Amino acid sequence: MDRIPILKLGDALLVTIQVDMHDRLATALEEDLTNRIVKHKAHGVLIDISALEIVDSFIGRMLDNIAAVSRVLDADTVVVGMRPAVAITLVELGLSLAGVRTALNVERGMELIRLRHGAAERDVDVDNAS
Amino acid sequence: MSTTPPDTLPIRTSDDVVFVRQQVRLRAVQAGLGLVDQTKIVTAASELARNTLDYGGGGTVTLSSIDDNGRRGVRLVFEDQGPGIPDIPLALQDGYTTGNGLGLGLSGAKRLSNEFRIESALGGGTRVMIARWK
Ligand SMILES: Nc1ncnc2c1ncn2[C@@H]1O[C@H](COP(=O)(O)OP(=O)(O)OP(=O)(O)O)[C@@H](O)[C@H]1O
Ligand SMILES: [Mg+2]
Repeated sequence: MDRIPILKLGDALLVTIQVDMHDRLATALEEDLTNRIVKHKAHGVLIDISALEIVDSFIGRMLDNIAAVSRVLDADTVVVGMRPAVAITLVELGLSLAGVRTALNVERGMELIRLRHGAAERDVDVDNAS
Repeated sequence: MSTTPPDTLPIRTSDDVVFVRQQVRLRAVQAGLGLVDQTKIVTAASELARNTLDYGGGGTVTLSSIDDNGRRGVRLVFEDQGPGIPDIPLALQDGYTTGNGLGLGLSGAKRLSNEFRIESALGGGTRVMIARWK
């Protein structure tokens, strides 16, 4: 079964969604992310959706689920790279993505995560090399 | 009249839903719809195709390119022989779901379309027509 790769980026995890998601893939991603957040003590999850041509309620629910689980594990979820046409459509569809933060791109998303967690843990040595 | 003849596609698997999205996108581009309008009709199609699969037990979608005196667009008809929808106004309410969804598919697809018509009979399946014009 194919799975969506999860990369470690500082103390965050980066997921780039490049394929059309379907049920099994979404479920696998939710599980994999949960495990990796715990394993790496990650403070953030960046989900790059710049390749997605649409976001429907199925994807919306997946993003909401990931954000909810991450929050319980003390990690922020930031969705990055949403296309403008997708953003417009999402609003009309009625998806609020209430628990999900968004940023323009991966760099901005990382900044957001650092701002939220960096300030609280300024004295903790962050491993930038990994 | 329409340039490309109508096309009926099966909706039996989650891969079919992906294929439907691609075909709707092609039609929308052919009809000259702008990027936002393309995105709207493809998103609506994705919602309805998934409903056909999840609640209708599978079915079909018929895609047609429409041309009304030079005004072009795309029309989609989703049909299944599933259990039907007992209360359509209720099903069209934001947040109403009998599955574990967000309850946004039907109402959202309606908002994303210029035309929306739904027919359903208890035990007699469901038929949803949407259209988006340029
Ligand atoms: N083709 C269909 N056949 C039978 N029932 C349907 C069909 N389409 C929709 N329904 C009913 O209408 C309800 C609302 O549909 P809608 O698409 O709005 O929400 P959902 O599919 O439950 O969740 P979401 O689309 O947000 O993931 C469904 O839960 C289901 O009970
Ligand atoms: Mg639905």
